Formats: sequence, C-alpha cells, structure tokens
Amino acid sequence: MTTLADAWSWLTTAANWSGENGVRHRLAEHVFLTVVCLALSCLIALPVGLVLGHLGKGGALAVNLANAGRAVPTFAVLVLLLLSPLGPYGPWPTVIALVLFAVPPLLTNAYVGMRGVDADVVRAARGMGMTGGQTLLRVELPLALPLILTGVRIAAVQLVATATVAALAGGGGLGRIITAGFNLASTPQVVAGACLVAVLALVVEGVFEAVGRLAPAGARGRGA
Amino acid sequence: MTAPPDDCLARNEWICGAYVSTRSEILADAVVQHLQLAGASVAIGLLLALPLAVAARRWRWAAGPVLAITTVLYTIPALAMFSLLLPAYGLSAALVVAGLVLYSLTLLVRNILAGLRAVPEETRQAARGLGYGPIRLLLTVELPLAVPAAMAGLRMATVSAVSLVTIGAIVGHGGLGNLIHAGMNTYFKAQVLTASALCVVIAVVADLLLLGVQRLLTPWTRGQAS
Repeated sequence: MTTLADAWSWLTTAANWSGENGVRHRLAEHVFLTVVCLALSCLIALPVGLVLGHLGKGGALAVNLANAGRAVPTFAVLVLLLLSPLGPYGPWPTVIALVLFAVPPLLTNAYVGMRGVDADVVRAARGMGMTGGQTLLRVELPLALPLILTGVRIAAVQLVATATVAALAGGGGLGRIITAGFNLASTPQVVAGACLVAVLALVVEGVFEAVGRLAPAGARGRGA
Repeated sequence: MTAPPDDCLARNEWICGAYVSTRSEILADAVVQHLQLAGASVAIGLLLALPLAVAARRWRWAAGPVLAITTVLYTIPALAMFSLLLPAYGLSAALVVAGLVLYSLTLLVRNILAGLRAVPEETRQAARGLGYGPIRLLLTVELPLAVPAAMAGLRMATVSAVSLVTIGAIVGHGGLGNLIHAGMNTYFKAQVLTASALCVVIAVVADLLLLGVQRLLTPWTRGQAS
C-alpha cells in the first residue's frame, strides 16, 4: 500500500510533470506517435483490405498477416530496426515498428468486414447499374464499417502498447518514465508510469467504444 | 587471449554460424527459460479460465463482470502490466508469469465461454433426457463440444505469451528477450537476430503442436469443412 501512496505522491509532484522527461512531454510524445502511426497504418492497410475484400482475393494473406503479427515479438522488431541501417534516423525505427504492428488488425478486419457483406445486397447494387467502385464505396463500405472500426480500435490499443515498449529500445513516450524508474530503482516512479500508460490505453479503448455507440444505427455492428 | 580472427562475429554480421556454435549453451538456457515462462503462464491461465468460463456460463450475472474485467486487463500494455505488478512480486520470474497469466485469461475465458454458449440447446436437452446430471452434462457433453473454440483461444494465448515473454527482459526474466536486450545494449546483431528468430520458431512450433492436439481431441470434426 505504501508503494501506491508513493506512486500517487510521485504523480502529484509538479516537478515530475514538467521538463523533457516530465509526464506532460512524454504523454504528448506518446499521443503524437500513436496518432501519426494510426493515420499512416490506416492509409496503408485500409485501401488494401477494402480492395482485397471487394475483389474477394487474398483471404489467406489477410488471415495469416494477423497470426504473424501475434507471433512476432514487438520488442524484437524494435531492436532489429534500431540496429538496422535505419537505426540512427531518430524516431523512424519506432514509427516503422509501430506501423508494422498496427497494419495486421486493420487489414484483417477491413477484409473480413467486406467479405461479410450480404452477397444479395452486392448483387442488388450491381443490378441497379452501380460500377465496382460505386458498390465498394456506397454499399460495401458502409455495411463493413462496424468491423473496420473494430480494427481501428484494436490497432490504436496495440499502438499505445507498442509505443510503450519502444521506450525499451530508446524511443520516447510514457514508457520512458517506466524505464527511467527501473534505472533509478524507483518503484513508485515505475508504478506511476505504468498507471499513466494503463489509463491512456483504457481511455483510447473507451473513446472508440463511445464512437461505436454514438455512431448512426446503420453503422452499428450486428455482432459480426 | 588470441587476436580475434576476421570471422562473422568480429564483423558483427546479422547471420553468424559462429555465434550459434560458440553460444549454444546460452541460447539453450534462454530457450528453456522462455519455454518455462510461457508454458507456466498458459497452464495457470487455463486452470483459472476454465472455472471462470463455466461460472460465467452457469450464472448469467457473472458473465458481464468476468468479461469486463478480463477485457480491461487485456487492454493494459504488457510493459505497464509488469510494472504494476512490481510492488507485489519484485524483480522475479513470478512477476512475468503473473502478468502473462492475466493476458492469457482474457483470450481463454472469452473463447471457452463462446464454445460453451455455442452448444446447441437440443444437445443439452437430449443429454438431460438421457438422465445426465449437470456435472456429467458439463464434463461429457458441453466441455468436449467447446474444445474447438477453447483450443483456438489456447493457441492465440500461447503464441501471445511466447511473444510477450521477451518484454520480461525489463526485469531480467525474459528468456530470449534477455538476449535481445543485451544484444541491443552491445550492438550485437547476430545475438538479436538469432534470439528473435528463435522466438518466432518457438511460437510457430507451439501453435502447430496445439493444432495437432486439437485434431486428436476432436476426431469428429475431421473431414468436414470447419
């Protein structure tokens, strides 16, 4: 219990919030990394997943990608990229690793969502004279939206987690508070940093949960 | 000390046979530690998940809280999870196992519960009509029918655990993660790549082994498209 009290007093000490190693800066780094990498991975993964799902091709790729993403340790990829020729280029190893781990859930869910659209609906759209592109954007995409959003949520939570591990490999973000705490053998700081990371992850999850609830009824999942 | 020869170790290459042959003992120790940590976590997770899933199935009111708590636990990043458990376990292997148990719980409870819920009501009624009591119904009808879903969860949990053990390197109990961490600090490319590759190999082999076990446990699913 004393550790929790110490962690609380660490969190409420103003000095720990300011400066380059302070909570405010690390939190901003963490959120910035997460948002930028989420946008990047959406730009990469969603078009591919939507088109593959529309064409009904590459199902094996979409499924195996998700499994591979689970089997490869994030820490290993971060360190491999850090030691690669990319290593010296500031945040790039971290950004690439984060994007690599956010792409599988996005792509797989987009693909599964597109494939899950009722074939009769697609046929009806074609019968009305819609082109492939129109069907994709106006019929399949809205119907696949709940699963696509689930993919974005999983990717966002995964990004928060991976960005934390990035601190082990010299990246920024809230994980640095934890690693610094370990280096200082300061359990209160470690626990305080962990609480911040956990709260951030739960807030991200909660935001997406709220978005899903507030979305118009048509975009809401029917439990796919 | 002889002068280092011009081999792949001296040149710090990514792929290096000399590394594997000279460090085979360290690698074997790390692999064994990795397997112990991941194996213990998944085994304990399974022992805890089974009663939780059965309870959540039996009593409707229990399902909500059980699923909510395990989902919250799963959302917490691994590094933070290990750090939060630090005051309770100190810098020990038990800390890593405890953290990984909490993660595997989520996947296992969700999947076992889904498997139990998917047992058709007609099947249950038929068993009851044959005079099966609730315990016998659970053990000989419901649980066997839930095996495919449970095994899917077990495979996911195992692969995740193998991958997440590496993060235990922060407390010095990360199996192959220790080698990756040490290799990062000393810029030792061969060590990082070899340890990373071994992690993936362990995950893939474990997944295939469990797939084999699943086939043996559920002979009735063979020959039909799943």
